[in-house]
Amino acid sequence: MTDALSADAPVALPATDHEAEARNAARNHRRRVLFWRWFILALMLGGWELAGQMGWIDEFFYSRPSLIAVRLWQWATEGVDGISLWYHLWVTMEESLIGFFTGAIAGVLVGVALGRNRLAADVFSVYIKVINSIPRVVLAPIFIMLFGLGLASKVALAFVMVFFVVFSNAFQGVREADRALIANAQILGASPWQLTRSVIIPSAMSWIFASLHVSFGFAIVGAIVGEFVGSRYGIGLLINVAKGSFDAAGMYAAIVIIMLVALGVEQIMTLIEHRLAKWRPAPLQETA
Amino acid sequence: MSDAQGPAVELIDVARRFVTPDGKAVAALRDFNMSVARGEFVALVGPTGCGKSTTLNLVTGLARPSRGTVRVFGKEVDGIDPRIGFAFQTDALFPWRNVIDNVAAGPLFRGMAKADAMELARKWLARVNLSGHESKYPHQLSGGMRKRVALAQTFINEPQILLMDEPFSALDAQTRVLMHEELMALWQQNRSSVIFVTHDLEEAIALADRVFVLTSGPATVKNVYTIDLPRPRVVSEIRYEPKFIEISHTIWNDLREEVQRGAAAQERAA
Ligand SMILES: Nc1ncnc2c1ncn2[C@@H]1O[C@H](COP(=O)(O)OP(=O)(O)OP(=O)(O)O)[C@@H](O)[C@H]1O
Ligand SMILES: [Mg+2]
Repeated sequence: MTDALSADAPVALPATDHEAEARNAARNHRRRVLFWRWFILALMLGGWELAGQMGWIDEFFYSRPSLIAVRLWQWATEGVDGISLWYHLWVTMEESLIGFFTGAIAGVLVGVALGRNRLAADVFSVYIKVINSIPRVVLAPIFIMLFGLGLASKVALAFVMVFFVVFSNAFQGVREADRALIANAQILGASPWQLTRSVIIPSAMSWIFASLHVSFGFAIVGAIVGEFVGSRYGIGLLINVAKGSFDAAGMYAAIVIIMLVALGVEQIMTLIEHRLAKWRPAPLQETA
Repeated sequence: MSDAQGPAVELIDVARRFVTPDGKAVAALRDFNMSVARGEFVALVGPTGCGKSTTLNLVTGLARPSRGTVRVFGKEVDGIDPRIGFAFQTDALFPWRNVIDNVAAGPLFRGMAKADAMELARKWLARVNLSGHESKYPHQLSGGMRKRVALAQTFINEPQILLMDEPFSALDAQTRVLMHEELMALWQQNRSSVIFVTHDLEEAIALADRVFVLTSGPATVKNVYTIDLPRPRVVSEIRYEPKFIEISHTIWNDLREEVQRGAAAQERAA
């Protein structure tokens, strides 16, 4: 008996050791992931820089990270053609944000309304399909003709980019709402409006959020394409100007700016989603 | 009122057919007759897929009979009756609401003031021994705790008719017995009429005043057995009594035929 007990003893580590071990393992994993991320980035940028310096690729077309960094610095400190970079960025952000919010709100409203109403869904689905099949980019010149070179045309383009994505996800989310939950709410006494508000919309929320993640990117695309086709300010205009003067570094610099903005917004969106979805079980293994 | 003494639920010559997407009609119920008295606890047993859930849906008003009449307190069913409560087989708690908000859902939907609804919900949570778990979300509870929340959510509306569709089938045997005790205690207080669907014959006998044995699909009532075991019953003990075993034997012989026929029919269909 005593033998069996002592044989067991080393296996039964105190709980705190287990926890410490698990924490260590998680920390090591995170460190390894971070290391490789930075390493690969450095490798790519370093390779690009080296290839440009050594003349393996034509600097005129491909530029170099250091040149891009210099251009970014110039823009940030001196502005572009007398107008501050921040103003250009602000114009693009304003267009994207307005387009994003109006498009997302309209998408959710229409998606939920059609998702709840079979007849309307069947009637309108054909129109939505037709309009949705238009490549958004060809609308840019039309909107500029209609709404002019200013804010409105870019917002309109960002709006249509966002609307259809959010709409189709909201619609799908409503359709996938759990039948048992709907029946339960009805029997507990929910009116159609209460049902929509406290069962249908919450259960469509994860679908809607999935679309919001991608659609801010789309809003930026809409704004920039609009600026590209015709505008006085904005990051799209910077690309256009850089293109006109064969300034490769300038074009890449504009792309870097857009990338940073999109990443930042994506982060914010994830934070909001976590905040809203505190009722969902956490994933078993949280990485990064 | 003459119907103050009438049955709580009546199904008269009810048939229910479904039309499948490819246009074929499938009968789920035929010539179905059942009557449940006020305060009576009735159990429905029958082979899987025979039409038990369909029967309950007809009583809630979520579905309409293809033929025949369904009456609740003497009035033909027409939409969802606020006097009905339903306990689901699957988890039907709202996952985005915490425990207390789930329990308070019914009163809030029905227009009770928020503070009153919360207080009432707290009272019901205490009654199902879940005080202290108010702000947890359903995924943070065990299966048995979720079932207790679901019971509180149903009972808080004080339904006069309680429909239960295999409410405890997902639980382990010990927890299920605890839930039976809990259900009996709650039912003893409000004396609603209960229609309890189950696969578990022992559960049906231990809880019910009468057990309806249904045929394999399309379902109709095959036999009705009155369970004259005295109340209050101790659910965890009663299954060892000789009388219980005898009743259990009789009904099982009846049910077995249908289960076998149902299984054979499903094999043919597959
Ligand atoms: N919406 C529907 N459309 C078509 N057929 C249906 C529908 N709902 C149920 N049925 C059919 O009706 C029959 C009875 O179904 P029901 O759900 O009432 O069975 P059940 O007795 O509750 O089964 P279980 O014990 O497995 O829950 C089944 O054959 C099923 O396939
Ligand atoms: Mg069923």
